[in-house]
Amino acid sequence: MILTFVEQAAGRPDRSSLEALTFARRLAAAQGVPLGAVLFGPAAEVAAAVLGAYGVVEAHLVEPAGLDAYAPAVWGRSVAQLVGASPPTVVLAAGTDRGQEVLAYAAAMLDAPMAANCIDVRPGEPFEVTRQRWGGSLLEKARLDGPVRLLTVAEHVTQPEEAAVPTTVSISRFTPTLSEADLRVRVIGRVAPEPGKVSLADARVVVGGGRGVGGAEAFSELEELAGLLHGAVGVSRVVTSAGWRPHSQQVGQTGTRIAPDIYIACGISGAIQHIVGCKAAKAILVINTDREAPIMSRAAYAVIGDLHTVVPAVSAEIRRRQAL
Amino acid sequence: MNILVCVKRVPETGGRVTLSADAREIDTRYLGFTVSPHEECATEEAVRLVEANGGSSTVLTLGPEAAADQLRAAMAIGIDRAILLETDGQDWDPVATAAAIVDAIRAEAAAGVQYDLLLFGNEAADSGDFQVGIRVAIALGLPCINGVKSLEIKDGVATARREAGGGWEVFQVPLPAIVAVREGINLPRYPSVPGRLRAKKKEIERSVPVARQAGAAGPEKIRLSLPAESEGRAEILGTGADAAPAVVDLLERIGVLA
Amino acid sequence: MIGAGIVGNSMAYHLARQGWRDIVLIDKGALPNPGGSTGHASNFIFTTDHSKEMTAFTLDSVRQYKDLGVFTQSGGIEVARTPERMEEFKRRLASAHAWGIEAELISPARIKELVPYIEESILLGGFYTPGVGVVDSLRAGTLMREAAVEMGALTVSAMTETTGIDVVDGRVTAVRTDRGDIQTETVVIACGIWSPRIARMAGASIPLTPAVHQMISVGPVPAFADTVGEITFPIVRDMDTNMYERQHGGDLEVGSYAHRAILMSPDEIPSIAESAQSPTELPFTDDDFDVQMEQALELVPEILRDERVGVRYAINGLLSLTPDGMPILGETPEVRGLWSVAAVWIKEAPGIARTVAEWMTHGTPDIDPHSSDIARFYDHHRVAAHIDARSAEGFNKTYGIVHPMEQWNSNRNVRLSPINTRQRELGAVFFEAAGWERPFWYGTNESLLAEYGERVMPRAAEWESRWWSPIINAEHLAMRDRVGMVDLAAFAIFDATGPGATEYLQGLVVNQVDVKVGRVIYTPLLNAAGGIVADLTIIRLGRDHYRVVTGGGMGMRDKKWFIDHLPADGSVQVHDLTSALYTIGVWGPRARDLVQSVTSADLSNAAFPFGTARTVDISGVRTLMSRISYVGELGWEIYAPMEQGLKLWDVLWAAGQPLGVVAVGIGVYAVTGRLEKGYRAHGNELELDFNLVEAGMARPSVKDADFVGKAAYLVQRASAPAAILCTLTIDDPTSASGVRRYMLGREPITTPDGGFLVNSRGRRSYATSAGSAPSIGKHVLMSYLPPEYAIEGTKLAVEYFGERYPVTVAIVGSRPIFDPENTRIRA
Repeated sequence: MILTFVEQAAGRPDRSSLEALTFARRLAAAQGVPLGAVLFGPAAEVAAAVLGAYGVVEAHLVEPAGLDAYAPAVWGRSVAQLVGASPPTVVLAAGTDRGQEVLAYAAAMLDAPMAANCIDVRPGEPFEVTRQRWGGSLLEKARLDGPVRLLTVAEHVTQPEEAAVPTTVSISRFTPTLSEADLRVRVIGRVAPEPGKVSLADARVVVGGGRGVGGAEAFSELEELAGLLHGAVGVSRVVTSAGWRPHSQQVGQTGTRIAPDIYIACGISGAIQHIVGCKAAKAILVINTDREAPIMSRAAYAVIGDLHTVVPAVSAEIRRRQAL
Repeated sequence: MNILVCVKRVPETGGRVTLSADAREIDTRYLGFTVSPHEECATEEAVRLVEANGGSSTVLTLGPEAAADQLRAAMAIGIDRAILLETDGQDWDPVATAAAIVDAIRAEAAAGVQYDLLLFGNEAADSGDFQVGIRVAIALGLPCINGVKSLEIKDGVATARREAGGGWEVFQVPLPAIVAVREGINLPRYPSVPGRLRAKKKEIERSVPVARQAGAAGPEKIRLSLPAESEGRAEILGTGADAAPAVVDLLERIGVLA
Repeated sequence: MIGAGIVGNSMAYHLARQGWRDIVLIDKGALPNPGGSTGHASNFIFTTDHSKEMTAFTLDSVRQYKDLGVFTQSGGIEVARTPERMEEFKRRLASAHAWGIEAELISPARIKELVPYIEESILLGGFYTPGVGVVDSLRAGTLMREAAVEMGALTVSAMTETTGIDVVDGRVTAVRTDRGDIQTETVVIACGIWSPRIARMAGASIPLTPAVHQMISVGPVPAFADTVGEITFPIVRDMDTNMYERQHGGDLEVGSYAHRAILMSPDEIPSIAESAQSPTELPFTDDDFDVQMEQALELVPEILRDERVGVRYAINGLLSLTPDGMPILGETPEVRGLWSVAAVWIKEAPGIARTVAEWMTHGTPDIDPHSSDIARFYDHHRVAAHIDARSAEGFNKTYGIVHPMEQWNSNRNVRLSPINTRQRELGAVFFEAAGWERPFWYGTNESLLAEYGERVMPRAAEWESRWWSPIINAEHLAMRDRVGMVDLAAFAIFDATGPGATEYLQGLVVNQVDVKVGRVIYTPLLNAAGGIVADLTIIRLGRDHYRVVTGGGMGMRDKKWFIDHLPADGSVQVHDLTSALYTIGVWGPRARDLVQSVTSADLSNAAFPFGTARTVDISGVRTLMSRISYVGELGWEIYAPMEQGLKLWDVLWAAGQPLGVVAVGIGVYAVTGRLEKGYRAHGNELELDFNLVEAGMARPSVKDADFVGKAAYLVQRASAPAAILCTLTIDDPTSASGVRRYMLGREPITTPDGGFLVNSRGRRSYATSAGSAPSIGKHVLMSYLPPEYAIEGTKLAVEYFGERYPVTVAIVGSRPIFDPENTRIRA
């Protein structure tokens, strides 16, 4: 059995989890073993029901007693105990914050190895995995061995794909045995996103600013354009290191990974740490004074010019057309 | 309060990574070394917490002799002590790394040094394993919060926040605890000249870690490779403000203009 | 144009201005900062250099940067921690005065006023140049590149790597790149530290080495919090520690030339892909900077002791070093159409680019680039062992107090005279020229000091007795009294032969070469604008056979000039005989007696008059004797095969013993003997900057044949000279403290009350040469003076180490101060 940790919100599996499921199904097929899933939280049952489309035959709904909030050690303990209950050979999760975290807990509790951010796995004894290092700017081939093998699947690499033949999902409920220690770490509060604010990771349009923006004040032009496009502003590490913008807007290896339909990169040279954060964009439009900037080779489109001229002109053009 | 920060020496990569001839390592002939940005922030956080609450900070790394440079860099911004678990330079997998850190912390405890807070980076810049802090936490029976971008310590309780879905999740754990931080929790200071000179003169406590023999191991690196890049030439939409209509046409075409 | 740093961009602009079109500028990096040394330069410009050439390049660059609007004037202070440095500043002030730069010596208190964060208690004083400033070199490059594009002259192709240079029949034909090939007859290598690699693709050599210059930047500096713009406070150069400290916005940059020389091979430079920051910004090696850090703390403690001020950036920046510290400019001798503009720093780049663009276009640059000419190198200069040794030795002299005669320690004994063993036996003190070890004086001649007593003009001051000995003047006097033998192994010698030889040389040199076989011609060479390119002697050995003899220092450059002007029809060949022929000079009243005693040939004045040459057998050695003299005495230059040099020397030396022969060093040959005779030297009196009329070298008539520069020369002859070369004598060398001081050259000439002499072409008067004239018991100078001062008997002054010494204009024009009728030479 291959067990996949599926994240869901309001009964809808997360896209990253569907990517991981697609990855897991291929591995299961290659190994000739069934595909299972484990889900947590309210509406997990609704989400589990649709997983048949992805080839899941068995879904475990974990219902920790009296715990609705996210609690990584509890979730990790649950996965570890599920593994103990019906030994799967492999446990997978998406390479998301929670995916990495829950699997790392499970791995530590099982004393099993874990390979993070895999993009490929060659089943065999041992597994040969290909995983991302350096945020994806480097790949590592590695052996993954042991009675239980845990791995997370790098985001934005595998396209979610439904199974050719849908399966019927059999749903079972699982109540883990928890200790006090497992319960210590849990979400005790939330700060909701600002209303109307588009999250950088989910934005369909990201307007990016780099060193070329020139200073903290000059970002208002980018904000305006992002607002018109219902998108978000993202920045390079130079910008956050200089204190021009908060780190929450950083796109890159140590910031946010974005996957918008279009990334409008203004005054950004294209350091590798930034590129790994934006390379999942469907298209990159560069606005730069220099047609020979390194980022140009990553771009589908470019405007040669000073961003302080071009960006306001684009905003004005959008407003003009909207007024028609 | 007593704080331990765990860091890892990694090459300071820039434009593009190139590999050694055997494709086992990054070619570092021309590169400097640093620690991951997350760990720079963890170090800064340790210094700030000690500045605010008193106590002492220690930096620890598992790595080659040359990793002393990274320990000195940490001491240059105000870390008090440094511990080097000296290896022969080969990569240790995350399981073995965590075990060596656990051994070191137990040795410290045996010598009477108790840590209230263990800080890690959320993941190492190079290997990106996302698990060393959690493995240490499980081994030591400590609570562990990952991905932390805001940390408050009050009355023996750590309150930590991390980003989630555009908002924040809040955690609270009693000390001692492990916190794995992310870049952005603070803006690390640069070392001052007197700080650097002081760090030069400080002792580094060295020991040789013993590799764990039993239990899990891996992942075990075979070789590295560079991902295939599709490099193209961008389609030039225009120059200066005159390009605005072409840009908006494009935005319409891909359907992001409501 | 390969390379889009400050040099390549400036070159593209200046070539476009000179009318070039269809220029392609390529660089393997991205723009505007392709990753070369320009990208990490500290970008400040101190204007005063002891070298006239470098100062001219720098001043022209400052003008250009100002025109581009990228220059921010901040002023600059070079500070002294030692008394030696304070003395050096006086000398520096003299150079500033000679080259027309506003500067002053200031007290520690005044330094503190200008730079409030400095610790002035450790300083003795400063050299303040108000006109110092910083530039935005990337912006300057971009503006010049864009201007060239605007003119329709330039296509830019970045991220284009040069993979090869095609050469056919010694001429460039194409550049190959990873994005296609470019057919071209002219290629400019402006590749900084990569230049040797690129030149090698064409089979040419650019002898420079990449070297590390360490720099850190600290901030934010509270003292800079309220300042606006990049720089408000003067830049400080801490000369005695080889460091600089300069404001850069809210930060302070501290750079060093004090650490060990860290050289790299051009082949080891990382690629753009391999580098974390850029190929020229390598990881900082902080152990190398430790000592400098402490020294910087002493000077700017207020900033560097502040715990809030952090080290924000630290690099080992790569820059170019050359074996003699000068840039490498001009067409490579190996490949026609392949030009080098390398080892150029920010401060001089636009000026050099203008110069080279003029040179490429019409061959007559405004600023004389001879010290930077790539053709100056011999093969022994082009090997890594030499480049590395000298670059390493020179690195720590970047801010050094370098004596004008200072000798290199490394890589010596590279070229030895065949009589080297004899020279050592005679206690020779060797100075190096073009790799040759030349005795500057002979220790065994110390015995002559007693003979001449005070006439050797002993020097009490340490500075001018450094690299000097009174033995030089004793050898001089003994030669004038008896006879001296001079080793002249360093001569560069080449023959021009073939049916077109006479016509070829007639078209190349100023004086008549169509003379009787056996005549010796001394002649200057001009460029098309009438600037002086060289001076040398030519011996007509046959109808179609001439021998050119020139100084070793400029020999390869002169040879290239000859080769460049060869007729295309192959009717003339030039053969380099430098390593085949050895030369001994025998001069003095007893020279004829000496040589006559070992030959049966008739050496009488009637049989062998001045200005002739002939084959003479000397005791079994067949020689060519040429009766000329650079020291103003009866005698000959005697040429023999290199391998017979030792035998020839031994024969003559033995013959000279009864006559009291002395071995005479280059101190006499190149300085004292020459100065007493008013002989001009290339690089001193003779430069593109001056013409033959000013130099007093215009002959009464001009030959009929056309020659390079003739038209300009005729115009010069028809106009009043803006300055006239004069010989001046020091009236009283006694300083205020009662020590006799002797100038070494390049000092400003002033009116008695200190007013600078500026001629109608804006050039200031300075001592082009200086040295003892032991025969007349005076110290003499040569200087170009405006006509109103060029009157014999005029009282003037010379500025030396902050004092003025009275001088008198002794000679106007080329008449010798010693033996004005030349009776000795013609004896």
